Amino acid sequence: MAKRTPERANLLQGTLDMLILRTLLYGPAHGHQIGKHIQRTTNDFLQMQHGSLYPALHRLERRGWVTSKWEMAPDRNREFKYYRLTDKGRKQLVVEESQWKQMAEAVARVMWPAAEES
Amino acid sequence: MKWWKIGKRDADLERELQSDLELEEEEQRERGAAPEEARYAALRAFGNPSLISEQTREVWSWDRLGTLLRDLRISIRTLARQPGFSAVAVLVVAVGMGATVSLFTVVWSVLLKPLPFDHPEQLVRLYESSERFPANVVAPGIYGEWKRESRSFSDLALYQDWPQYNLSEGGALPEQVRATICSWDLFATLGVQPRIGRSFTAEDDQPSANGTVILSWSLWKRRFGGDSSVIGRKINLDAKPYIVIGVMPRWFAFPEQKVQIFLPVYHERTPEQMAQIDNHGFVVIGRLTPGVSREQATQEVSAIVRRIHDAHLDRPFMSSGAGIRPLIDYLVRNVKPALYMLLAATGCMLLIACLNVANLLTARSAARAREIAVRKVLGGGRFRLLRAQLIETLVLFSVGGAAGLALAYAALRWFVITRTDMVRAESIGIDAVVVATVAGLVLICALLAGLIPVLASRSGNLVAALQESSRSSTSGHSRTGVRKVLVGAEVAFTVVLLVSAGLLLKSYMRLRSNDLGCATDKILTMHFTLPEVHYSKPAQRVSFFDDLLTRVRALPGVDAAGLVRAVPGEGYFGDGSVTIAEHPPLPQGQSLLAIVRWADPSYFAAIKIPFLRGRTFGSDQRLDGAKEAIISAEFARQFFPNEDPIGKHLIGFGRGSYEIGSYEIVGVVGDTGYELAEPPEPMMYFPIDAGIESGAALVVRAARDPESLALPVQKVIQEMDRELAVSDVLTMNQIINRSSLDASFEATLLAALAGISLLLAAVGLFGVLAYLVTQRRTEIGIRLALGAQREHVLHLMLLDGLAPAFGGATVGSLLAIAAAQLIRSSLFATKPLDPAVFAGVIGLLLGVATTACLIPAWRATRVQPATVLRSE
Repeated sequence: MAKRTPERANLLQGTLDMLILRTLLYGPAHGHQIGKHIQRTTNDFLQMQHGSLYPALHRLERRGWVTSKWEMAPDRNREFKYYRLTDKGRKQLVVEESQWKQMAEAVARVMWPAAEES
Repeated sequence: MKWWKIGKRDADLERELQSDLELEEEEQRERGAAPEEARYAALRAFGNPSLISEQTREVWSWDRLGTLLRDLRISIRTLARQPGFSAVAVLVVAVGMGATVSLFTVVWSVLLKPLPFDHPEQLVRLYESSERFPANVVAPGIYGEWKRESRSFSDLALYQDWPQYNLSEGGALPEQVRATICSWDLFATLGVQPRIGRSFTAEDDQPSANGTVILSWSLWKRRFGGDSSVIGRKINLDAKPYIVIGVMPRWFAFPEQKVQIFLPVYHERTPEQMAQIDNHGFVVIGRLTPGVSREQATQEVSAIVRRIHDAHLDRPFMSSGAGIRPLIDYLVRNVKPALYMLLAATGCMLLIACLNVANLLTARSAARAREIAVRKVLGGGRFRLLRAQLIETLVLFSVGGAAGLALAYAALRWFVITRTDMVRAESIGIDAVVVATVAGLVLICALLAGLIPVLASRSGNLVAALQESSRSSTSGHSRTGVRKVLVGAEVAFTVVLLVSAGLLLKSYMRLRSNDLGCATDKILTMHFTLPEVHYSKPAQRVSFFDDLLTRVRALPGVDAAGLVRAVPGEGYFGDGSVTIAEHPPLPQGQSLLAIVRWADPSYFAAIKIPFLRGRTFGSDQRLDGAKEAIISAEFARQFFPNEDPIGKHLIGFGRGSYEIGSYEIVGVVGDTGYELAEPPEPMMYFPIDAGIESGAALVVRAARDPESLALPVQKVIQEMDRELAVSDVLTMNQIINRSSLDASFEATLLAALAGISLLLAAVGLFGVLAYLVTQRRTEIGIRLALGAQREHVLHLMLLDGLAPAFGGATVGSLLAIAAAQLIRSSLFATKPLDPAVFAGVIGLLLGVATTACLIPAWRATRVQPATVLRSE
């Protein structure tokens, strides 16, 4: 679709992927739950855009990091599409987490050099 | 993801979004919102579901096919939404494609496809060459020497494909059939075997052998009902018995489809005839030994001819060298230039059709400029938009191409039926190569027509496009410019086609009105050949001739009748060499060459060839007493300049078809053309009542309708000899039609192509101007409101529309001058730069262009200023 600046897109995309994978670590969840969870946990700081959530979920599925299955919801008498973390997805989460950490540290070093020294 | 899972995946996504959306709605309700309120709140929180599903699908569309299919679906939908536009575009493409594909199929099948023989690239035709005849047919004695001495050929065969035989067998109607008399190894040279039975052997091919004949497939089917027991059966050819030994395969049409039987030549001709070294009358074909080049082979056979030539310096008609050409070049020599010309013309028309579609697309993309600009602003990638546009064009051209293929199929059926006379017509058909070419053409044309409008719209920037289309008082100049150039190009190509068609039409009319030098109305002609067996003595032939003429003249409705070897316009037939007794002897090895015609005394009056001097043959000119000759005006002009030919004597060499001896010239007649398109050649007539010739054409002048005489005359011949068949029962006008068939075919076809192109160009002009007028409605309204005269507006718009027509006509005229040089050789008595044709074409074009522009221009003057300004 539209051209985006690649670095920024990767960053955002990667971050969202990581957040979703992390959320699924608690157990299987459907799209709505995942979105709500991220939104609640960040105290509504990250407004979950469904427009990016669903594409992200399908992208993760394509890459084999999550699987999906239609299952009955325990509290509602209806089926939802549940996403579940795969082993590959678990490994990916570790990788992304460490990358994110490195990046956060690198950014921190630039932004607050004094804090680093002390 | 496989494409067949796409539908399932779509449904799955819809369901997922739906269930999550419903959950959101439920949660909203649980929080206490009213049902209706909850629904909207959910939608607000969730966002636009279709947009989300669109974006999610984007993830899948990593596989190209998915997007491609989607674009395809969208473009089909877009095209279906505008049935008018699509139908016109498809029709234009179909006509252009249909014409081009038909001609391409003919060119491919006839000119390019290899001959259906073993290793066809090794097959060549051999010529004798001399200064006067650089590519002559071969004398049988020369063939004999080649066969004996040459090492360049693995096979070497000779044949003659024009003899006619009278075919009769027990009770069935006799008929004249065209035969190929050939050396026994002709089929081996080509690498072909009879379908049933056996081929000739060397034993069949000698004077002492029993008569053997091989039938063509079509004769076998038609006359013998496809019965295999025909092998070994006896049939009569020219009243002599022959045993049928084989039937050729159905596809075999060498050298021509019309040949119905094959006979061994050394059995048909005497050893003396086959030993002649300066009577050229055979086609020789050979198969080059692998590893031998054409040049090496040419040198070898040339050296052999040279040696024989040097040993016979007294013979005026000995060749001095030889030449070799690929066999296929020889077979298609007559049709090649015309076919390439017509292919170029159809290609030109296809180009016009493409430009026209490009024009339509540009117009539409102009109408869609706003939509496209919006899509771009919203982030539609350039590439994606370009691809969507190209796919749309491709769909259009694919449908058009398929329709064109169907059109071509019909056209080719018609062509094969109408032009059975054309060489290799039997091989014409749509095959894989043709279909692949259509696919290629579709692709190229779609790219061409699809890219032009896109490139045109690239130049404008987005903001301008959005602004422009929001206020329609001015038009996008760049885009209109492109359309004007397109229409100009269409006009230019149309001029080229029109000029070519005009030249050919004029040439055709000149050809038709060309004076053959004799009466052409109310003349019936037919040919017959008296078989040797029953008419071996000259006296028998002469009595048949006498009897025939007496009986025919007695028929009611017959004004006059005569006999001649060949009537004007029927072809060259034979020539002969003479010297003039009263003139000083010519240098050694030289003599005068003229066409020979045998005629009876009443022939000239019957067909109305005028006597310029002297008289016709005397009644005593019979058998051995025949010693008179009549010459044509051209003969007198060339060989008797400034002297009276009457009373002079022609000395014949006995070479060719008339006797050695001295003939006194008793008359000079007007020239007649042996071919419609050829200038008259010197011609000499000898008395047919000498009884030497066994074949003749009967010429009957009717009081009224000549065709009504055909049956009574044929009945007369039947009564005289039950086994004698006649052939070529034609009126003079039919002979002329036949000789001008090619010219009429080319001219008609090209005129049709030019007509369609003119129509396309006119539609293009109309479209551009109509669009311009719509674009400039507001401007015109303002002009009118400010007091402009309606006539002035009319002029303004007309000039605007006609500018590309003028430009195109100018460029087109220049191109046409070049094109006219290329078709120069097809023109008869017409100059390539015929001013009348050029003026006529340009006049016609401007007339049509003005008409096409007049309607939109007139509409412009009908603009009501008040309405326009109010709508702003």
